[in-house]
Order: sequence, then C-alpha cells, then structure tokens
Amino acid sequence: MAEHYSSFRPRGTMWLLQRVTAVILIVLLAFHFFMLHFVTHAADITFAGTEARMSSVTYYLTMVLFLVTATFHGVNGVYAALLNQGLDGRAKTVVQAVLVVASVGLIVQGIRVANAMAGISL
Amino acid sequence: MSHSYDRGLVEDFGRWREFTAGMWAWIFHKFTGWILVGYLFTHIAVLSTAIPGAAGETVNDVNVYTYTIQELESLLLVRVMEVGLLAVAVFHILNGIRLLMVDLGIGLDAQDRSFYLSLVLTAVIAVASVPTFLEGML
Repeated sequence: MAEHYSSFRPRGTMWLLQRVTAVILIVLLAFHFFMLHFVTHAADITFAGTEARMSSVTYYLTMVLFLVTATFHGVNGVYAALLNQGLDGRAKTVVQAVLVVASVGLIVQGIRVANAMAGISL
Repeated sequence: MSHSYDRGLVEDFGRWREFTAGMWAWIFHKFTGWILVGYLFTHIAVLSTAIPGAAGETVNDVNVYTYTIQELESLLLVRVMEVGLLAVAVFHILNGIRLLMVDLGIGLDAQDRSFYLSLVLTAVIAVASVPTFLEGML
C-alpha cells in the first residue's frame, strides 16, 4: 500500500468543481429530502405551502444554489462517465454541446419555476 | 512506495465476478448518479406545473400544481419509487463522502469496509423510511 495517497494533484477545474459541488450537495440533498418527505410529507404538498417556503429569500437562494450545483454535478458526472467509456473525437464534441444545452435549459426552466413559486414575475 | 495492481478495466462489465469492493462501489456510484440526474430533469418537469399554478390555473377547482403532485402521490407505485429514490440518494451521498475521504487520502485501508458500511446504512435508512413514505397507502 502507499504510505500516503491523495488524489489532490492538479487535475483541472472540472475535477475540482465536481468535488466542491459534491460537498455542497451532501448537505442540500439531505436537507431537501428531510424537509419535503419527513417535515412536510410529499403527499401534503400544496401550491400555497410551496409558495410560503419559497417566499423566504434564504430558502429561494438555497434552492437556486441546489438547482445549479445539482445540474453541474449531474451533467459533469455523466460527461465523466462517458469519457471513461472512451468518448472521443466528433462524438465528444456533439455530447459536450448537447450536455451544455441541456444544462442551461434545465437551469433556466428551474429558475422560472422557482420564480413562479416565489411570486416573482420578470 | 506504492505497488500498482492491474485489475483490468472496470468498464469491462462482463468480468463482474472478479470485481473487488472498490470496483462495485465505482459501478454503484455511476448507476445511482445516472438515476439521480435523470430524476432531476423529471423533477423539474413536474414542478413546472407551478408556472400555470401561479397564474391561477386549476383542475377540478384545485391548483394544477397541487393537483399534479397529489395525484402522483396517490399512486402506490410512485410511493415505492420514492423509497427507491431515497435509497439511491442515500447511497450516493454516503459513498460520495467515502470517495471524498479517498481523495483526501483518509482511511484508505478501510475503503472496502466503508463501502460495505455505506450499503448497510443505506438499507437501514431506506427500510426505516418505508412507514413515512407509504403513510396512508396501506
């Protein structure tokens, strides 16, 4: 065995961001599940209840942070998995473009949803 | 100095009988990750009913967002899938913490045991959450 092992060697921005978003998501995903399955049961969710939660600026910003970090972590994870499977060349470029478009689309739609829930109209 | 082991490619799924704990952890992490990212897109699609909901659209005099969620939650299949989703999320979180520890070089000698611990804790939490998730269904 190695005397000391660490993967914290220079591996690029995406590698680091995947770890940083992981740390954020450990907290936010657990919080989200706890709030919307154990504090408020999913079956009891109503628009009025959602609106009340989202009217808090802190809660709204936390959910937007959750959306952005989860989208990055998930989509970058898919990309990394495809690279492991040998994605290369033209297919790699196409996949990159599709994933970027999907990510931006999801974040834009997620923020539109968050705004509707919070009563923000732009 | 470190020894290097040639265990072959984990991507070569056909040789799964030879996989070590770390290789199973890698596969389970990918598998649960694919489910979670797929669910994320589905989740935002369902929550998008909040947009017409905020504009006052109703179904049977109930806000369309409330109606959509409550109709989904009335299905036993959805409740069971939610327990599955919790299991997937808990495993991904616990194994993710294990991976961060591995990245930091902490507890490497226990990396196989920490994988088994992640599985056991996931099972315990998923089973313990069943009464909460299936409330009113059985």
